[in-house]
Amino acid sequence: MAQPFTKLTAIAAPIMRTNVDTDVIISINRMIGNSVRGSLGKWAFGSLRYLPDGSDNPEFILNREPYRAAEILVTGPNFGCGSSREAAVWSLQEMGIRAIIGSGFGDIFFANCFQNGILPVVLDKATIDSLAAEIEASQGAGRLTVDLQEQTVTSPSGARHSFEIDPRRRAGLLEGLDEISLTLRREHEIRAFQASDRGARPWIHFAGQSA
Amino acid sequence: MDTCGRTLLAKIWDQHVIAQISDDTDLLHVDRHLLHDLGGSRGLIDLKSRNIPVHNPELTFATPDHAISTAFGRVGTIKTGQELLSALRTETSASGIQLFDIDQPGQGIVHVIGPELGLSLPGCLIVCGDSHTCTHGGLGALAFGIGSSELTHVLATQTIIQRRPKTMRVTFDGRLPFGVTAKDLILALIGHVGAAGGTGYAVEYGGSAIRDMPIEGRLTICNLSVELGAKMGLIAPDEATFAYIRGRPYAPQGETWDRAVTAWRTLQSDSDAEFDREVSIDVGTIIPQITWGTSPEHVLGVDGRIPDPADIADPARRGAIEIALDYMGLKPGAPIAGTPVDWVFIGSCTNSRLSDLRAAAEVARGRKVAPGVRAWVVPGSETVKRDAVAEGLDKIFTEAGFEWREPGCSMCLAANGETVPPGQRSVSTSNRNFIGRQGPRARTHLASPAMAAAAAVSGAIADVRTMER
Repeated sequence: MAQPFTKLTAIAAPIMRTNVDTDVIISINRMIGNSVRGSLGKWAFGSLRYLPDGSDNPEFILNREPYRAAEILVTGPNFGCGSSREAAVWSLQEMGIRAIIGSGFGDIFFANCFQNGILPVVLDKATIDSLAAEIEASQGAGRLTVDLQEQTVTSPSGARHSFEIDPRRRAGLLEGLDEISLTLRREHEIRAFQASDRGARPWIHFAGQSA
Repeated sequence: MDTCGRTLLAKIWDQHVIAQISDDTDLLHVDRHLLHDLGGSRGLIDLKSRNIPVHNPELTFATPDHAISTAFGRVGTIKTGQELLSALRTETSASGIQLFDIDQPGQGIVHVIGPELGLSLPGCLIVCGDSHTCTHGGLGALAFGIGSSELTHVLATQTIIQRRPKTMRVTFDGRLPFGVTAKDLILALIGHVGAAGGTGYAVEYGGSAIRDMPIEGRLTICNLSVELGAKMGLIAPDEATFAYIRGRPYAPQGETWDRAVTAWRTLQSDSDAEFDREVSIDVGTIIPQITWGTSPEHVLGVDGRIPDPADIADPARRGAIEIALDYMGLKPGAPIAGTPVDWVFIGSCTNSRLSDLRAAAEVARGRKVAPGVRAWVVPGSETVKRDAVAEGLDKIFTEAGFEWREPGCSMCLAANGETVPPGQRSVSTSNRNFIGRQGPRARTHLASPAMAAAAAVSGAIADVRTMER
């Protein structure tokens, strides 16, 4: 069950590269296995965050103050493209990220965010660029506010930007709903569909049998 | 709208709606749920911890592919890989889920075995915790990748909640020029629309080049849909599709087969169906493709030159090219052909089927892998491996100096520890040239199987058209 998300005022870090894929967010060798949850935060953005000798890359924004404490990312186009690995979201969450604001996200990454109580916000590219510029001008001191109730992002200077969000997704985040329990309440509908579908498409339900 | 025709997507989608959740979001029935070793057991364990049984184990199928070694005898499987394999065996057995285990017919890369076994069918809704699930769309299935939480939801309910995507139609018309393959078509498309060009869309591929294309090529086309941002890619099934499926182990038989084919014949977009976006490509203009950067959109014809950031006015694009060239260790403006390579990987859910191996073997036959190059051939499944051996492809490869390996995902994503060493350059038939994808600091160039074989024997990126016989 995902933790609820309502409103957040926090340090934001711009990561404005294009096409930051989920392999870059979390490398496969750091996420493989059934007991990795809880150890992923330090490996988020590993290939950007660490030098080949393992030391911090001082040029990477999340290694710099005050961005080390960022809870919001402002991202370049197509952030989270690529692999479906939910560990990308887990690793960001474990390093303290709770909202990601960008002009577009990989479809599967976008869905995975909601499953974990992370709010992905889509704004147009010009707004994203202005938010990033404002944050950089304040050297990270300016806080962003993301308000899910009001569906707004407020920049350090007070500029408010409204965003659209699927009402179902919004409700799920505000209340921290458990999707499996909700769907299981429709068990009778699922069973009824399957009963009728077994007659209509037996090849789906009796694989390889000449029913 | 009732006034216009329906798309293939709409026809399949509507058949799977159990309940409408909101204006554009439905609860959909999942016909096939494919599990693999990387994430399959985790979902089953999650469910067990909540005391929820698997809703339809008979619609769920599992195989190890990601984390197992592809060395002979599976020696060198990493410890985590062994744990994941063991957990997959235990949990599928406890839940009554069919497992295609190593060395058994049926084992292989999950997106190779689905079509091969007749599990993946036209009109079927297929999900798997893997973004390349879009591959199965090549048979006219509605297939897409999901995350871990959604995977657990599917195990618990045999359903998935989905927002209906926008629709894009890509028309590939014309005849494939010499040396040009399905891989080149889809890479060229990604170069044209960009890595986010299909985000939010389901892409339907059509046109004469698709109709003339064998099924394995169609699977390659749909496989790379996610690299243009589209979670789903699909191709209307036709007589070639039905011929491909007929007689496969899990395909319908007898009277059920006849009923299925009758239903499948309706699975095409109506002539007056409208799409949210249309793209047309004349395949006659395409030449063999090779990527130069760290996104599949960083692609050019093999006769092209590496982009020069100095020529790019837009600062964001210029910056992206600079970062990619720095990672790839390439000189701006130089011809891409002739770039020396260290590794060649022929495999992955994109290009590891029998026709892919035949195309690579055709180039490798009678030639030798260049000194200093390591070249691997990793068949997509146990069945592909056996069929390839039966026609002597393994011999052609090993005599040319390629290493012939056991089926699995291997070096496509290096989950099993099979990596391209840091700083080394690889030509790969896989799907992603991302930073670190084939191993930390590995440099990947994506290409077709024939182009990969050409690079192996040339020791450098080479134009296969000068080598094919």
